[in-house]
Formats: sequence, structure tokens, C-alpha cells
Amino acid sequence: MQGSETKRGSYLIAIILIVIFWYILSVVVNSPALPPPNTVLLSLISQARTGLLEHFLISTYRVIYAISLALSLAVPAGLLSHERAIDRFVAPFLYLLYPIPHIVLLPLIILLFGIGDLSKIVLIALIIFFQILVTTRDAARNVSDYYVYSLLSLGANKRDVYRHVIFPACLPKVLTAMRISIGTAIAILFFAESFATTKGLGFIIMDAWSRADYSGLYAGIVSMALLGFILYIILERIEARVCRWV
Amino acid sequence: MIEARSINKVYEDGTEALKDISFSVKRGESCSIIGPSGCGKTTLLFIFSGLLRPTSGEAIINGEPARLPDMKDVALILQDYGLFPWKNVFENVAIGLEIRGIPGKEIKRTVDSLLKSLNLNGFEKYYPKQLSGGMRQRVAFARALALRPGILLMDEPLSSLDALSRENLQNFLLELWIENKITMLLVTHSIEEAVFLGKKIVVLSPRPGRVVKIVKNPDAGSIEYRDKEEFFEKCREVRQSVEAT
Repeated sequence: MQGSETKRGSYLIAIILIVIFWYILSVVVNSPALPPPNTVLLSLISQARTGLLEHFLISTYRVIYAISLALSLAVPAGLLSHERAIDRFVAPFLYLLYPIPHIVLLPLIILLFGIGDLSKIVLIALIIFFQILVTTRDAARNVSDYYVYSLLSLGANKRDVYRHVIFPACLPKVLTAMRISIGTAIAILFFAESFATTKGLGFIIMDAWSRADYSGLYAGIVSMALLGFILYIILERIEARVCRWV
Repeated sequence: MIEARSINKVYEDGTEALKDISFSVKRGESCSIIGPSGCGKTTLLFIFSGLLRPTSGEAIINGEPARLPDMKDVALILQDYGLFPWKNVFENVAIGLEIRGIPGKEIKRTVDSLLKSLNLNGFEKYYPKQLSGGMRQRVAFARALALRPGILLMDEPLSSLDALSRENLQNFLLELWIENKITMLLVTHSIEEAVFLGKKIVVLSPRPGRVVKIVKNPDAGSIEYRDKEEFFEKCREVRQSVEAT
């Protein structure tokens, strides 16, 4: 496919430009706090052999678990908002609970779920749950009655309407919400991994920072960026597959 | 058999859409409904297809009040085709059969033969936005016909087409009606279309829609009718009734 080739080409150009910019910046700043990209790459390779991969996988597991958890709760709740009666009940809760900075619930989450993996996952899930819910709800409420009527006239029941109209009509918006959520999820991941754990990329970054190991620090940062990028690419693939009609 | 028994429809916001509508269409007959925009034509079709309830009066289909989902004999074609943009041509045509729980193999057979007869074979994987207006309209017909309805309700099915595809599809509808003895109820704002396709023409007034006149049109039912003097004469008669509203 010519389209995906040009796309790959422009990605490559962007990566090269970022690396060049980084290199120039490191020369100009000339401080151990900003090592050049080649030093970071070498440390990335050497650390991949000594455990960085394991931290990377643990972080990946936490993020994917959290996204799946949030998605499996937020999407059904959002889609059901198409029912005016349900929405009338749910909307006030949403308006009251959404604007709270959920990250301040961290102490409560730790009290309830302990200091292990689960509390980190719940924290991430809680925050992106609201992002996905708000977007899905808006999409579900705006599905035109025209399509619903069109399906009902064929003898459809409520379940058919959700399966053939509400869900597919909202899917592009859900995927957009997920794309935004990936960025948020990784930011929260860093926060959640910066304390009470010895595993994960957040830990690597904080640990390297405290030891003034700058190349290790950047290896952690680049790994985290890579995690976000990979999730983003996977999502884009899914979108291209299921939303061909858009 | 379609029957309107003094149907009134007042919407929740107090808008009077229809007032005391009564007429009937016999089995195998075709009927056009014509009137100015906003005269409640679409509301009337929604009532006949069971999507809306009249405020008072009754819509009777084959002897029973129109109520979803027990409307297996009726197919409705909405204005602007009513296709789902997220389903491709095959899926759009198959959806009615799928909902009725028809086995996949049988669906495929029915849909394939319908697409072929409507010159849509090869376009199964296309999405509605990739098709021309005339093709979308044919997909909508295929979807309705897949259910083998005895009654076909249509809301301005041809209004957004160019003149040529419009005439082609008018001929198609006429042949469909003659060959399959389908009972047709067609809402339109084109006088020529109403006269070409309707054995009976119901003229409605502006909102709230009332029956102004029912014009009998016994000569309709052949493609040649379009070029005959009687056709133009009938169009003139209908135009006068429409203008008098």
C-alpha cells in the first residue's frame, strides 16, 4: 500500500529530526543532565539486558489492565445513556464526580486496595474511566433517531438497536477517547510507580534520578515514550480496521 | 390492505401534525400521498409502520392496528434511504433478515440474488458513502425487498436523485408493483411521480395535514402512461387540488 509507505516515511523523517534536535540541544546545553541520544541508546541496550525489559513489561501490564478495566465499565455505561431515563439518573452523578481531580483519591485507593499492583491499576482506571465515559455518553446521546427508526421498522428489539446502531455509531468516538486516554494513562502510571514499588518504568526513572544516573534516567524516559507509542500504533491499527466506514 | 381511520396526531409540544385522516388502500393497490412540506406526510408513514402511535383514531394494516414489532408484512423506506453508514452494502441489505433470525446461508442466497437483480453485484463490500445516490437508493430497495413484504411504505424515496436515475427508479418501482402485486404507499412532493405511480392520489393540506381530496387515477400502471395525454391531464388536476390547499 502506497499510503502506509508514505506514512512510514514521514514517521521516519520525524524521528530523525527529533534525534537531531535532541543532539544539538545536548551539545548546546553541555550538561551531564542532558546526555546525547547515542549515549542514551547505548545505555538503553545495556539495560535491556539487565532487567529494563522486565520493568517495561510490568508497566505495560499495568496500563493495559487499567485501560481494559476502564473500557469495560465506561463503554456500556456511556452507551446506555442513549436511554433518556437512564441518562437523567446518571448525568448528575457524572457532573458531580467528573470534575474532581481523581488523583487526590490516591490515599483512599491505597487504603482500600493495598499498595500492590491493584491500587495502581485502579487509580489509572478510575481517571480514564471518566474520560471514556464522558465521550461515549455524548456520542450515545447524539445518535440520530433516524437510524434507530430505520432499524426498528425492520422489526428490531432493543438489543438489536444497541448492537447494530448505538455501538457502531459510537465506536469512532470511543476510539478517539481511548487515544486521549493512553496519554493520560501513562502519565498516571509514572505517578503511581514513583512510590511504594520497586518495579516498573516509573520506578526506574525515579531510581536513576536519585542516583544521578542520567543515561539510566533517559533510558527509562525513552522506554516510557516507547510504551505510549506502541499502544498508540496498536490503537490506530484497530481503528483502521473497524472504522473503515468513517 | 391499509386503512386510516380518522387519525389525529398531536405531538407532545402541542404541534398538530395530522387531523382526521381517513382513506384506505386495497391489497395490491398503489397510492401516492402528496402535499406541501410539513403537512405530516412522514408522520403518517411512521404511524402506518408502527413507529408512532396516533393520538386518536387507528392505522389498520391487514386488519390489525399497526404495532411494532409485529409488522412482518410491512417494509418502510425512509427519506434519504435509511442506510447505516457503518455497514457495507451486503450488511445493509442483510440486516432485516439477520434481525429475523434467518440462517446465514439463506441470507447470503437472498441478498446475492437481490443485488444481482438490482445491478449491485460487485459492490457488496462498498460503504454507502462510496456509492452514488441512485445506487444507495437501490440498496435501500434491496433491503426492504429482502423481507418479501406485502406492503411497501416509502417516504420520498426518489427526491434526492437526479432526473435520469429518478425516472429509471420510477420505472423500477412500477414494474415491482405490477410483477409482485405489492401494496404500495408512496409519499412524494412531486406531482408527476404521484400520478405516474399511484392508482389513487391522496392530497393533504398544510399543517395540520387533512385529506383535501382523493384523486382516482385508473390509467396508472404502465410505463407508457408517462407520455400520454391523460397523464398530463391528471397532473393538471392534481396540481389544481394541491394549489387549492
